Formats: sequence, structure tokens, C-alpha cells
Amino acid sequence: MRPLLLVFRREWAGYFATPVAAVFLIVFLALNAGLTFLVSGFFERGQADLSSFFFWHPWLYLVLMPAIAMRLWAEERRSGTIELLMTLPVEPWQIVVGKWLAAWAFAGLALILTMPAWITVNVLGSPDNGVILASYLGSWLMAGAFLALSAAISGLTKSQVLAFIGATAVSFLFVMAGFDLVISAVRGWAPAIVIDTVRSMSFLNHFQHITDGVLELPSIVFFVSLIVFCLWLNVRVIEVTKAA
Amino acid sequence: MALVEARDLVKRFGSLTAVDGISFAVERGEVVGFLGPNGAGKSTAMRIISGFLEPTSGEAWIDGHNSHGEPIAARRRLGYLPEGAPAYADMSVGAFLSFIAAMHGLTKPQANERLAELIERVHLAEVWNQRIDSLSKGFKRRVGIAQALVHDPDVLILDEPTDGLDPNQKYEMRALIRAIAPHKAIVISTHILEEVEAVCGRVIIIARGRILADATPAALLALAPEAGSLAVTIATGEPQRAIDAISKEPNVAAVAVAERLNGATRLVVQPGQGRPSATALAGALGRADIAADEIYLRRPTLDDVFRQITTER
Repeated sequence: MRPLLLVFRREWAGYFATPVAAVFLIVFLALNAGLTFLVSGFFERGQADLSSFFFWHPWLYLVLMPAIAMRLWAEERRSGTIELLMTLPVEPWQIVVGKWLAAWAFAGLALILTMPAWITVNVLGSPDNGVILASYLGSWLMAGAFLALSAAISGLTKSQVLAFIGATAVSFLFVMAGFDLVISAVRGWAPAIVIDTVRSMSFLNHFQHITDGVLELPSIVFFVSLIVFCLWLNVRVIEVTKAA
Repeated sequence: MALVEARDLVKRFGSLTAVDGISFAVERGEVVGFLGPNGAGKSTAMRIISGFLEPTSGEAWIDGHNSHGEPIAARRRLGYLPEGAPAYADMSVGAFLSFIAAMHGLTKPQANERLAELIERVHLAEVWNQRIDSLSKGFKRRVGIAQALVHDPDVLILDEPTDGLDPNQKYEMRALIRAIAPHKAIVISTHILEEVEAVCGRVIIIARGRILADATPAALLALAPEAGSLAVTIATGEPQRAIDAISKEPNVAAVAVAERLNGATRLVVQPGQGRPSATALAGALGRADIAADEIYLRRPTLDDVFRQITTER
């Protein structure tokens, strides 16, 4: 486990080695606040809850999580350090998980910094704090799925820009999986079970289940399974592409 | 089994065969120089042995551990400097080397002791707290060497360890390699032929993915066409009389014009059974009333051998 923690620490420090981390956090907080208070009309709704806050998270993550994860592997490839890393006496999965954990922790930090919103609703009224806590954890879990997906795609290229675009495109399919936009692409030819499977992949639906506090468990299982699968895929991507 | 062993390594990238059946073994105490033109397959071969690249066929062992079958055991015994000496640009030298040491499983006290020794040997004290992306090329290369040495491995594979160093730094790097050589098996790749003579006990010349020669530097030098020949420079553009005069000397097999200089000519004298002395050649020229500017024994260079071997086949 020590190599995993070492990789985690190195990547975590890497986020703060440049001003990028600060810029990212400011953009995340500003967008989150702007969308919640201005677009969704937090105050006009007159309700002491954070549903208008969490409503935007899938859309924010769609762009911001690929931005956090794009450098994880693409930068190693570009600078050649992947050759150093993959010739150390360490199991590849430890490196993959360590990197993802660092990105996930960074996303967690961004979420923690939104706590003033939680305090605000508690000052203004008496919200159901259990639901809010569950929503926070659900949001963090969904961020983990976005990050695992983006990290695996980052392993395919040495260009951070390509990694970002690829990860955003694939994430978009997952976010929209329950909508006609995606479903109509498979409806014409695929059997019902495929259509249902695609529909069941929707990040929006699963996240909604968690924030509504209904049917939470299947959605939690979905996100956890997707994370595990993407991390496995990430290991395979690294092992296969280094052979070529 | 030797510390490093490669058997019939083949690597194809699509239709390109980068490495085409390379086999060799390196024992403890040996420093082997990989020599070859750009794109000869040196780096690819080193990447396969280090376990970074999967070979299309063939196998490699480090201290008896298969690079691909038992990668963790093999890598524990390997210090590897990849091409270009990559390192994490956003880390300080100290943090980077500590990270690599810990990844090799060294405890904090072990790592500190080892790093203190390396700071001295590789001269990194003055940049210890500096970020790697602010370092000069020479320091970057030294950080790369230090990272390969940090766990005191039995096997070192160094891809161009002196590339980008100035002459003093090169000299120091070679001294360092010579100093650690008796206890390790070392493979270095290089373009610089003098380096091979300076540090390597054995040379493997590679071109188009194949081994063309595997011998000591001295044995390779003996292959040079000019081994033992003499160069004579005369102060005239009309060398025929001089050629006639020298040809009559004993032990001279052939005389040819090597180069026409500004109003002067350089001749090459090939020895016969024995080698004619410079004094004898000067005497022969003197009797023919021709002034000899210089006469010297041509020292064959690895450059010549290298050119000959890599272009003729």
C-alpha cells in the first residue's frame, strides 16, 4: 500500500505546484454560486434546501472533472516520466488508484469549500441536513466516476487537450444516457435490453435518486461499480499502450 | 546466469522492425557500450530489457528474473535511466529523489543515508531544493543518474548518460561510472565514441536492429583499415615522385594519396610485414629532395571502425 500512498501524495502536491489549482477552485466556486443563486433563483424559491445547488453539479463536473484528470497520464506520457514510473518495482494498479485518489481528494476539497452554501440555508431556515449530507456524498461519488472515466481516457494520449475533449465527450454520453438524444441513437436497431442498459447508465438519473433520497442504494452501487470498472480499464490501457 | 541477459529480442512496430534478434549477456564488473546510429534500436532494446516495452518475441532477464514474467523482482535490481532523463518537472530535486527511493521500498533512514552519499557523488548539493524544471541540462542528467543509483542496484541501464553534459561534467560522469563498475553490470548507450574507449570494457555495435559487432574496444580498433599505417604530408601538389621514392622502401606495401591540401599532399603508407620507421621515410624523401612537413603513425579511431561496420552491410 505504501507505493499507492506515495503516488497519491505526489499527485496531490502536483495540483498545488502551480496556480492551476487555485484557478480551478475559484472557477468551480464562482460557477457553482452563480448558477445556484442567479440562474436557479435560490432566494426567490423561498425554500431552505440545496436542491438548486446540487442540480448543477452533473453539468459542472462534465467540464471540470476532465480538467482535473486530464494531466494524470497524458502529462506522464508527454514528459516521458511514464517510462520512469512504469519501471519502478510497483504494481501498476497501485499507481492508477493513487493517481485517481489524488484527483478525487482534490474534487472533495472543492466540495468542502462550498460549505458556506450549507451554512447559508441553515441560517435562513431549517433544512433536512440528512438529505444535504447524502447529496454531498452522492455528488462526491459522482465526481469520482467522472474522474475515473477521465483518467482512463487520459491514459490513451500524450496530449492533455485531447484527453480533456475525449473525457468530456464520453462523460456527456453518460450524463445524457437517459435522454432521447442518446437513446434515439440506439433505439432503431438495438434490442430492448440494450436500450434499458443504456438508459440505466444515466448520471443525471442516478444523481437525482441520491439527492431526492429515494432509491439511493442502486445508484450508489452504480457509481461505485463504474469507478471500479474504469480503474480496471485504466490499468489495462496503461499496460496495453506501453507494449505498443 | 549473467546479471543481464537478452535472448533473441525482437520488437516490431507495425511494419517496422526496430529490434531484430538481439542476444547478449553482461556479467558483474562489465561495462558494455551500446553503440549505433540514430534509430538503430538501442533505446528500444533498453526499454525491453527494463521491462517498459513488451518484446514481440524473445526474453530478457535481470539477475535471473524475467523482465516480463517477474517484473517487480527484476525492477528491484535495476537502475534505469530512460532516454532524455525524464523527471517530474514540478518537484524539487530532493523531493523527487526521496520519492523514487521510497518507491523502491527504502525506509526514511535508509533513503536519507543513501541520498547523502549520492549528493556527494553526483554533485547535487547546490540544487537540492530547486525545482527540476529550473535546472540546466547537465543537472537534469545528473538527477536522472542519481535516481537510477538511489537503491544501489546490481544492474544499471543508462540511455545516453552523458548527453547534454559539458566536457568537465562528462569527465566526472565517466569517472563515476568507472568507480561503481566493479560491483555492477552496466549497459550504457552513447553516440560518443571516445566515451566508449573511456569507460567500456566491451562494445556492442547495433544498426538496423541487429548486432554487428560485440568485442573489446581494442579488438574493434584492430579492424580499422588504417591500423598501423603512416601519414606523410609533403609540401607539394605533385606527389608522384614522393610516392615512387617511398614505395622503394622496405616494409612498404602501398602508398596512396589520402588528401590534397593547399599546395600540399597527404599520403597514406600501408605497412607490409613490418612497419617502416618515420625516419626511414623521411630519409627516402630527403634523398629525392622532397620536404616532408610531417610524418606520423595514424591512430585508428572507433569512428572509422564504426563507419565501416555500420555502412558496409
